[in-house]
Amino acid sequence: MLTAILTLTGVGLVAAIGLGIASRVFAVQVDPLVEQVAELVPGVNCGACGNASCNAYAEMLVAGTAGIDECTVMSDEARAKIAEILNIEFTKTDKPTAVVLCQGTTAHIQLKYHYDGVPSCRAAQLVAEGYTGCDYGCLGLGDCERVCPFDAIHVVDGLAVVDEEKCTACGKCVDVCPRNIIELHTTNQRVHVLCSSQDKGKIVRGVCDVGCIACRKCVKVCPVEAIEFKDNLARIITEKCIQCGACARACPTGSILDQGGPHYIAKINDNCTGCTLCARKCPAGAISGEKKLLHVVDEKKCVRCHVCYDVCNFEAIALVDEQGQEMIAPKPKKKKKKAAAPQGAAS
Amino acid sequence: MNERLKLIVSSSPHVHSPDSIPRVMWTVVAMLVPATLVSVYFFGLPALLTVALSMIGCVVVEALLAKLFKKPIVIRDGAAAVTGILLALNLPANAPWWMILIGCVVAIGLGKMVYGGLGQNIFNPALVARVFLLISFPVQMTSWPAPKPLLGSAATDAVTAATPLGMVKEAAMLGKPIGSLDLPGWTDMAVGYMGGSLGEISAIALLLGALFLLYKGYITWHTPVSFIGSVVVLGQVFHWINPDLYPSGSFHLVAGGLLLGALFMATDMVTSPITGKGQLIFGLGCGVITVVIRLWGGYPEGVSFAILLMNAFVPIIDRYTVPKKFGFTPPEKGEEEAA
Amino acid sequence: MIGRMFRGGVHPPEKKLSADVPVKPLPVPEQVIVPLSMHIGAPAKPVVQGGDEVKLGQLIAESSGFVSANIHSPVSGVVRTIEPRDHPLGRKLPCFVIDNDGKDDAVEFTPLGDWPTAEPKALIEAIHAAGIVGMGGATFPTHVKLSPPPQFPIDTVIANGVECEPYLTSDHRLMLEHPDRVLEGLRIVMRVLGLDKGFIGIEQNKPDAIALMREKVADHPGVEVLALPVRYPQGAEKQLIYAATKREIPSGGLPMNVGCLVQNVGTLAAIRDAVVEGKPLVERIVTVTGEAVAQPVNLLVRLGTPIRLLIEAAGGATVPTAKVISGGPMMGLAQYTDQTPVIKGSSGLLVLGPEQAPVIEAGPCIRCGACVRGCPMGLQPTELARLVQNDDFAAAEAWGVLDCIECGSCAFGCPAHIKLVHWIRFGKAEVMARRKKG
Repeated sequence: MLTAILTLTGVGLVAAIGLGIASRVFAVQVDPLVEQVAELVPGVNCGACGNASCNAYAEMLVAGTAGIDECTVMSDEARAKIAEILNIEFTKTDKPTAVVLCQGTTAHIQLKYHYDGVPSCRAAQLVAEGYTGCDYGCLGLGDCERVCPFDAIHVVDGLAVVDEEKCTACGKCVDVCPRNIIELHTTNQRVHVLCSSQDKGKIVRGVCDVGCIACRKCVKVCPVEAIEFKDNLARIITEKCIQCGACARACPTGSILDQGGPHYIAKINDNCTGCTLCARKCPAGAISGEKKLLHVVDEKKCVRCHVCYDVCNFEAIALVDEQGQEMIAPKPKKKKKKAAAPQGAAS
Repeated sequence: MNERLKLIVSSSPHVHSPDSIPRVMWTVVAMLVPATLVSVYFFGLPALLTVALSMIGCVVVEALLAKLFKKPIVIRDGAAAVTGILLALNLPANAPWWMILIGCVVAIGLGKMVYGGLGQNIFNPALVARVFLLISFPVQMTSWPAPKPLLGSAATDAVTAATPLGMVKEAAMLGKPIGSLDLPGWTDMAVGYMGGSLGEISAIALLLGALFLLYKGYITWHTPVSFIGSVVVLGQVFHWINPDLYPSGSFHLVAGGLLLGALFMATDMVTSPITGKGQLIFGLGCGVITVVIRLWGGYPEGVSFAILLMNAFVPIIDRYTVPKKFGFTPPEKGEEEAA
Repeated sequence: MIGRMFRGGVHPPEKKLSADVPVKPLPVPEQVIVPLSMHIGAPAKPVVQGGDEVKLGQLIAESSGFVSANIHSPVSGVVRTIEPRDHPLGRKLPCFVIDNDGKDDAVEFTPLGDWPTAEPKALIEAIHAAGIVGMGGATFPTHVKLSPPPQFPIDTVIANGVECEPYLTSDHRLMLEHPDRVLEGLRIVMRVLGLDKGFIGIEQNKPDAIALMREKVADHPGVEVLALPVRYPQGAEKQLIYAATKREIPSGGLPMNVGCLVQNVGTLAAIRDAVVEGKPLVERIVTVTGEAVAQPVNLLVRLGTPIRLLIEAAGGATVPTAKVISGGPMMGLAQYTDQTPVIKGSSGLLVLGPEQAPVIEAGPCIRCGACVRGCPMGLQPTELARLVQNDDFAAAEAWGVLDCIECGSCAFGCPAHIKLVHWIRFGKAEVMARRKKG
C-alpha cells in the first residue's frame, strides 16, 4: 500500500517538474505587444480583412503591415485602444452596416416559374437566371444568411433582412450575393432606394408592387439634387443626402424607404427676431421673410429636414404634423455659462 | 402576371430511376423475410415477437429522438425498420424484451442519431447494438434456444443448444479434437437446423434474399465475395495445417453469422466503401479479422467485431481507392499537375 | 463491328415513342423569332434592321469573330424589329422578329460544284457561309471545328448517329429517310480533313438504321458503321471516341487532342446541303414527344418557330404540363415559357406531365455508390456535391469538378434524389469565377 502511494506520488512529482521545465525551455517567444493587440481584435476569424486569422492580423498591426481601418468588425473603442498601444493615428468612423437593396418579399413579387433545385441563391441563379419575376431581386434562399459570421442577416418571407445592431459590414454577404444587391453604407444614411431593378417601369409593375418604376418623382422633390438616375433606377448620392425623406414620401410605389425618425413640418412662431439664419440655411428655399421681421415657412415647399429647427436660437421654430399639431416644441435657447468650465463634445 | 400554372424548371436531368431511399430500405427488409420465416419455423413464436418488437422499437426510438433533436421525422424511409430487423436477427430467440429495447435505443441513438442521422454514421448501427448487448449481458446473449422445427420432431429435448462455433471454441480451449464433436451436418447447418441467433441459422434463406438485392443493384458482389472468400480460404488453409484444431472452410461458410454479416451487414451502404475496389479491400479485412477471432480470439464468433473494426477504416479506404478519372494523366515527377 | 464499352453510364428507359413516325413538315408560322445567338461563340452581327424586306435564306446576321456563325432568314417577309425575346437558354436575348409573307421567296442558292475536287478551304468557306453549327445540341460553329490548329492533326472522323437520350428520334428518322445526305456529308468532311477512313456510330436500339447505313456504305469501303451497345451516354463525344478508337481525351482537352473529330448526323446532312445545293441552315428535324402530348411526332421545322406551335402539332398537352424541355430528358434545358423559338440545336421538345416529373425533396446521401458507378468520367459526384455544399471550391476543382460532362447519370440513379448535376454546375461556375478573378 505504502509503496503504491509513494510510487504514484513520485511519478506525479517527476511529471510536474518535467512539465515545468519544458514550459520554460520550450516557451514560444511572443511579442507582448502582439499579445495586447490580440486581446483587442474581435477574435471571430471572419476573414473579411483578407488575413488568415485575427491573430495574424494582430501580428501585422504590430509589424505595421496592416492598418487599423482594415477591420470593420472592431468597435471604435477597440480601435482607439490599439491606436494608443501602437502609437498610431486613429480617426473615428461611423457605424457601418450592410443594406439589402430590395423589398421583394413573397407577398410583393411574381415568380417566373416553379423552382425545383438546390436551395442556394448562387445555384438558383444558374437555372434560367433565377426564379423571381424580377431578374434583379432578392432570391431569398439564404446564401447571405449562411455566410454571415455575425448572425446579422436573415431571410424573412423570401427577402434578406439585415440586423443593423449585429452587422459589422465585414462584406461577406456583399461578396456572396449572386445578384449583387447588397451594399455597405454607414448607419448615418437613413434613406435608401430599396430596389435594384434595371427594367423599364412597365416591366417592373408587372412583377413587383414595390419596385422602382423610374417615374423620377424623387428627383423632382429632392432639394439638394442628391438623386441620380441610371439604367431605369433611382440612386441616392449619399454624400449629398440630407436625410430629409422627401423622396420617400414622394415615391408612388414605396420603393424608397426612410428609416430616419419622423419628419415634421417647420412652423415659425412669434419669437422670431428675423435674424434670417433659417431662411439662409433652408435647402428648399421654403422660408421667406425680411430682415428683423417675422419669417414664414411655405408648408408645401418644406422638405422636413429640420435644419431650420436646429439652427434657430430664439425658440421660434416648432415642428408640427400635417394637421398643424405641434409634435416637437421649439429648441430651448442655449444658456450662457459664466464659468470657463470645458463644455462636453458639441452635439 | 400569368394566371396559368407555372412550369417546373430545374437543372437537368429531368427523369429519374424508380429508386428512392424508402424503396431501397424496404426492399432490404423484404429480403430478410425469408430468413425471418426460417427462424420462426425453428424457434417458434418468440422469434416473431423478437423481430416485431425490435422493428417497432427502433422506429419509435428514431421518431422520439428526431423530435428531441428538432429534426424532421423520416421513419417512413424504412432505415429504422432495416436496423430493427437486422438487430433482431442478431439476437437469440429467447432475448428478454427489455434487452431488445435497450438494443433499439443503442442502435438508433448511439449508432445513428448521435452522428447526425441517416448517412452520417460510421459504424453499422445494428452491430453497435449487438456488441453492446453482448458485452453488457453476456449470459442472455449466449444462451441459445435449441431449434425445434414446427413440423416434425426435434432432435433432442434440450431447451438450449450451443452453436456450432461455440462448440468448436470450447473444444479448442479444452484441447479436444474437432472430429470428436457432435456437430450438425453441413446440410442441416445450411438450411438452418442449428443453434444460433435468428438470422444466422439459414444460409439458403439469406442467399435467396441477397441474390435479389444483387439483381436490383442495391448491393454489389465485391464485399460478399471478398469477405466470404477470404474466410473460407483462410479457414481451409488452417484446416489443412491442423484438422484437429481448425474446422474446414465449408464449415466456416455456414456456421455462425458469416453469411448474415457478409451479405447484409458488411454491405450496408452507409458504412461501407463507395467503390468496388474499396469494397474488396473492406471484405478482405473483415474476413481476416473474422478468422483470427474465430480461431484464436476469446469469442467464438468474430463477424460483428470484424465488421465494426473495418467500418472505422472505411474513410481511409475511400480516400485511397478513388477511381481513375477519364482522360487523367498522372503528373510527371517534379512537374505541376495539369489543370 | 461492336465498339468498346466505356466505364459507367446508366440505362434510362428508352421511350422512343416516335421512332416509327416519319418526318413531316410543320406549316411555317406567321411570325418567326430568330435569335442572334444560336451557337457557341460571339453572337452574330445583324446586317438588316427593322423594316427591311428579307428573302428566305438571305443572310441577316454575320459572324462577328472567328468563333461565331452566320444567320439566315428562315422565311421571306419583313423584319419587324430586333429586340430581346425569351431564348431557350433561359433568358431574354436579342432576336430578329420577322413577319412571314407566306411566299417562301428564296434567294438564289449557289452550290459549290464538284466537291470531290474542291479545295478543303473552299469547302470550309461554303460551310461557314451556310451558317452550319453542331446540330446535336452543342451548336459549335462547324467551320471552326473543321479548322483545327496544325499541331493537332485529325486522323479519325466519326458521324454521331448514336442518339442515346431517351425519347429523341430526330437523328434516327434522318438516317432512315435521308441516309444518302448523311453519308455524303460525312464524305465531304473526310475530304476536308484529307481522310479516307470514317465511322458512323449508331446505338443498337436502331437496327433498321444500322442495316440501312451498312447497305449504303457498302460502296464506300473507307466508311464503317459501328453498332454500339445501348448505354447512356454512349453519344457523348468523349465516350463515343473511346468506343471507336479506345483513345481517352485528356482532362480539359478536346477531340482534336487525340486526333479525332465527331459530327452529328444532322450537321452532316446540313453540310451536304450547303455544299451540294448551296442551301443555308434554315430548318431542322425536331422530335416532339413525351407522355403529356397526344401524338409524339418528328417534324421538319423552320428555325424561329415558337415551340408552342410544335406542341400543338403533336396534338397538344393531354395532362397539365409540368415540364417543357428543349432537348432530351437527361441533358435538356427546362423551359419556363412556351414562347421560345426552335434554334439550330433544338433536337427535341419534351413535354412531361406531373407523373413523369414529380418534385421530390432531396434526402441525405446514403453512400450507396450509384453515382460513382454511373459516372462515365470516373468522378465521385457525391464527393463533389459535398465539397460544393461546404463552399470548398478549391477542393472541388482538385477532385475534378471541371471534368464533369453534366450527362446526368449520377442524379438519375441517386436514391436520395440529390440534385447532383445542379451542385456540380454550381461548383463549376464558382471555380471558373474564381479563376477569372485571379
